[in-house]
Amino acid sequence: MFLPILLWTDALVFLLIAVAGAFAFHASRHEHLRAPWRRVLRSPAAMSSAVVLAAFLLVGILDSLHFRPAIAVGTESQMAARLKGGMSAQAWAPEVKSALDVLLERMATRKERTYSAPLATHAFSKETMELPGGGQSREFPRLKFGGAHLTDPADDWSGDILRILLRGVALALVIWCALTAVLLVAVRPNKTLNIGEFADATWKGNTDVPWRAVLVTLGVLLLVAVPAWHLSANYHVLGTDKVGQDVLYLSLKSIRTALVIGTLTTLIMLPFAVLLGMMAGFFRGWVDDLIQYAYTTLNSIPGVLLIAASVLVLQVQMEARPELFPTAAQRADFRLLFLCLILGVTSWTGLCRLLRGETLKLRELDYVQAARAFGVSKWRIMMRHILPNVMHVILISVVMDFSGLVLAEAVLSYVGVGVDPTMISYGTMINAARLEMGREPMVWWSLASAFGFMLLVVLSANLFSDAVRDAFDPRVSVVPRKTRFVLRSQRAGN
Amino acid sequence: MIAYILRRCLYAVVILIGVNLVTFLLFFKVNTPDDMARMQLGAKRVTVEAIALWKADRGYDRPLIFNAEAQGVARLTDTLYFTKSLEMFRLEFGRADDGRDIAFEIRSRMWPSLMLAVPVFLLSLLVYISFALLMAFFRATYLDFWGVAICVGMMSVSALFYIIGGQYLVAKIWSLVPISGYAGGVDSVRFLVLPIAVGVIGGIGSGARWYRTIFLEEVGKDYVRTARAKGLGEVAVFYGHVLRNALIPILTGSVVAIPLLFMGSLLTESFFGIPGLGSYTIEAIQAQDFGVVRAMVFIGSVLYMIGLVLTDISYTLVDPRVRFE
Repeated sequence: MFLPILLWTDALVFLLIAVAGAFAFHASRHEHLRAPWRRVLRSPAAMSSAVVLAAFLLVGILDSLHFRPAIAVGTESQMAARLKGGMSAQAWAPEVKSALDVLLERMATRKERTYSAPLATHAFSKETMELPGGGQSREFPRLKFGGAHLTDPADDWSGDILRILLRGVALALVIWCALTAVLLVAVRPNKTLNIGEFADATWKGNTDVPWRAVLVTLGVLLLVAVPAWHLSANYHVLGTDKVGQDVLYLSLKSIRTALVIGTLTTLIMLPFAVLLGMMAGFFRGWVDDLIQYAYTTLNSIPGVLLIAASVLVLQVQMEARPELFPTAAQRADFRLLFLCLILGVTSWTGLCRLLRGETLKLRELDYVQAARAFGVSKWRIMMRHILPNVMHVILISVVMDFSGLVLAEAVLSYVGVGVDPTMISYGTMINAARLEMGREPMVWWSLASAFGFMLLVVLSANLFSDAVRDAFDPRVSVVPRKTRFVLRSQRAGN
Repeated sequence: MIAYILRRCLYAVVILIGVNLVTFLLFFKVNTPDDMARMQLGAKRVTVEAIALWKADRGYDRPLIFNAEAQGVARLTDTLYFTKSLEMFRLEFGRADDGRDIAFEIRSRMWPSLMLAVPVFLLSLLVYISFALLMAFFRATYLDFWGVAICVGMMSVSALFYIIGGQYLVAKIWSLVPISGYAGGVDSVRFLVLPIAVGVIGGIGSGARWYRTIFLEEVGKDYVRTARAKGLGEVAVFYGHVLRNALIPILTGSVVAIPLLFMGSLLTESFFGIPGLGSYTIEAIQAQDFGVVRAMVFIGSVLYMIGLVLTDISYTLVDPRVRFE
């Protein structure tokens, strides 16, 4: 039993997925939209990073299904009392959980007292312990959960880890083989090839869509994820942080925050940027002056400072009205949404200016002139004739912005104007771990995990967005081809 | 051209008034002085008198934009907008919450910021352009491919990583320079080497890649084909024609950043403990000192507008094709 909770950002995440789905459906039915996407599909780098991004997306979506679990009410007489008092028979825990929390329950709940290294069985620092026969000694205490099943950690540890790893690798290979088989059957072009020939072509990398790259990426992901999952049953795979939280758990929870910031910011600012940009370019005159004035003004305020100022103001306002936010999760969620909003305010100007320039060009073209001559209304021209033709600009800017926003979150959280301190994110992880730099030996695993996960998200997003830009931007795709031709002819001449 | 520049300057002033209004609304209308007082005084159970005293002490006890009680011109001047917002045009920023004069702080903290920002700016330009030039010259070869791959990898790493990693490796493991701190005079070099290096390296990815795109865009143009057609070698084409033309967008694009160098770098300065304007801003944000944040927002936009005007001027100087009527 549980009570589903829809946080603001959850709702927007699902809206975003719906919009993306609708766009994909629309694109799949129009050849001119399908063609550039086919070019994206043919890029091995893009497909590999798409696999990684899909994995992250899955984690993010699981983490967006929020609910409040039921708590035991107790005896029947208590329940009767509740019913009499006009309350429902069921009581809900005050804490908001997500589907991911349920999956990772063993990581979330097994907290140590403080720091422990990855896969460690003993704590990171010595503690004074009472000896059974009286007296004290200073040694590294055993962890409550990490390797607790081992009787003699010094001897058993490496063997145990190796055994779990091998089991994980074997399972990963089985899963990978199954997925490969399913994929080969599912994507085989009918009639032209039988399954053996297709498998052969995939192995040699001769397929249109680089399935080999997809399968290799999938294999690597599985080889990392499955053994890590197995290890997490008995160990803290990436160690624990200052309050004893499992770092792997924190890293996985941070994915949602990163994805929300990277996508919702664009989603929120998109309607304004598109509408204003097109209006400025299309109507010109005083509308153009006004919109240009608005974005130059916003642009001239240094971004970090505008964000800082707004978040400071928000903090004051939220502190003045605590009654608006019944749970800590809602409070943190609202702050995340506001951060997206204010990041949107500072970042819409770039897209707006691009769209204005593009619309200025388009409005002089023959088909727009023809539509005008036919007496088509201005709004209809903008929607039917201009919007579809600036779509590639919008798409490119959406995918290009993503990685920058993920990186910005970490910096803003460091400055102290990022997400709520209680919200798990890469920024808050880095911020918490930063102070431990001076420790000797150094506590490196929190920082390393946060940076590593962030690198993975941002790098795959960068590779993917590059492929999208190359496929959609007519200018970019022409230039390299020309230069390549020039070079080849030169070599022939030499 | 002078008329054109004058017009741009006037436009800059109009924009600044807009910025001034936006910040005023944000800091005084959305977030009233009462809120500020309550937050600074801490506890939730603050007496009305304490708030009034705090406001009077800092001159926040005036009406927003119109003072009905005053006489004559004072009706407009004895207001929050005039004393707190318009005064900034005279570079009068009032006092910070700790009682120091903000304008004085800014003047003295400007120099460490510049000591860090100017070398980073110049070195970055040099390094990125050379790297981009190398990639563009050997375009569509393995060198270019791996250059771009390294760039994409480097721009995917958080800026915080370069700082923390640099501090750890150079200052802690190798003990070549102090981890953080600052000293005046010649001694400052010791403290500045690492932040400057980190600043330059951190931007290589996006910088070199961006310049490479500019070079490649130029390479595809007709005049390059003409140059080749008249029999020039690749090196002559590249350095004699492509580089010179590509420098136009690069230089005009960098000019806008020059005035902003005064603002310093938020992250680097605060990590390395350099007492510049960047760390001043961060400290103010963390201490929730609205007066300082307001001043920095205003200075930032002034510098940005100066940058825009300088860009316009540099266009007319560098590119003879650009003519304004």
